[in-house]
Amino acid sequence: MNTIRLAVPDKATRGEIIEIKAMIQHEMESGHRPDEYGRPIPRFIIKHFECRYNDRVVFRAEFFPAIAANPFLSFFTRATESGTLEFRWIDQDGGVATELVELEVD
Amino acid sequence: MSVSRRTLLKTSAIAMGHWLAPLPAFATREDANAAIIATFGDRPLQEGRVSVQIPAISENGYSVPMTVEVDSPMTEADHVVRISIFAEENPIPNVAHFELRPETGIARVQTRIRLAASQRVRAVAEMSDGSLWTSYTFSIVTLAACVL
Repeated sequence: MNTIRLAVPDKATRGEIIEIKAMIQHEMESGHRPDEYGRPIPRFIIKHFECRYNDRVVFRAEFFPAIAANPFLSFFTRATESGTLEFRWIDQDGGVATELVELEVD
Repeated sequence: MSVSRRTLLKTSAIAMGHWLAPLPAFATREDANAAIIATFGDRPLQEGRVSVQIPAISENGYSVPMTVEVDSPMTEADHVVRISIFAEENPIPNVAHFELRPETGIARVQTRIRLAASQRVRAVAEMSDGSLWTSYTFSIVTLAACVL
C-alpha cells in the first residue's frame, strides 16, 4: 500500500475556504528512462486524482509523466457542512488508493 | 588486472548499446501548441488572468515546485472550470489538468513537476464563460531531468 499524507483541518467555520494538501508515495515512472542496459523502463504513473466532499466531486486532477515522484497537490475548497472528504488516486492500470478524512463544520 | 578481449568487447557493446539507445525526443513549442488545441479546441487564447509560479532557476529538474493561480471571483456565475499545464520542451508537453468548481473558492493549485530542460512552462485556464486565458514562466534548469 502506498503511503498517503494528508493535511486537512479537523474543524472549519461554515463558508471558510480551507486548503487541502495531499501526497501519495509513488515512483511516477515516466517511461522515458532507460535501465542500466539501455532498455526503456515501462511507464507506471498515477493518472487521476479526485477529492469528494460528501460524495460531491470538488477537485480533480489528471497527471502526465511530468508530475514528480510522490505526487503532491495543494488546492482549496469551501467548508459547507460537516462530513467526509474522500481522496482517491487511480493509476494507469486502474489501481485505486483511497483515504477518508472527517471535517467538522460549525 | 588483465581484461580479456571477449570481456572488453562484451562490456563495450553494452556501453555502446546504452549510448545508442533512443533518447526521448523533446517536444517543441509547436507540439505544446498542438497539445493545447487537443485539450481546449482551436479557440482564441488571451494573455493574462493566469500566472505560473516556478523558480527562475530550478536546481533539480526532477522536482520543481509549481503554483498556478487564476484571477477569478470563483462564483457560480464566474469561475475557473479547468487549468492545464504544458512544459514546452519536455518529451510530452502535457503536465497536468486540474478541474475546479465554484466552491473551490480560491483558484490556486500547487504541485511538483519535472522539467527536462530550461524552458517555458505555460498554463491555460478555461473560465465558466468559455474564455481561455494563458501565460508562461521561464525556468533555467541546472540539473535537467533529461531522462525524466
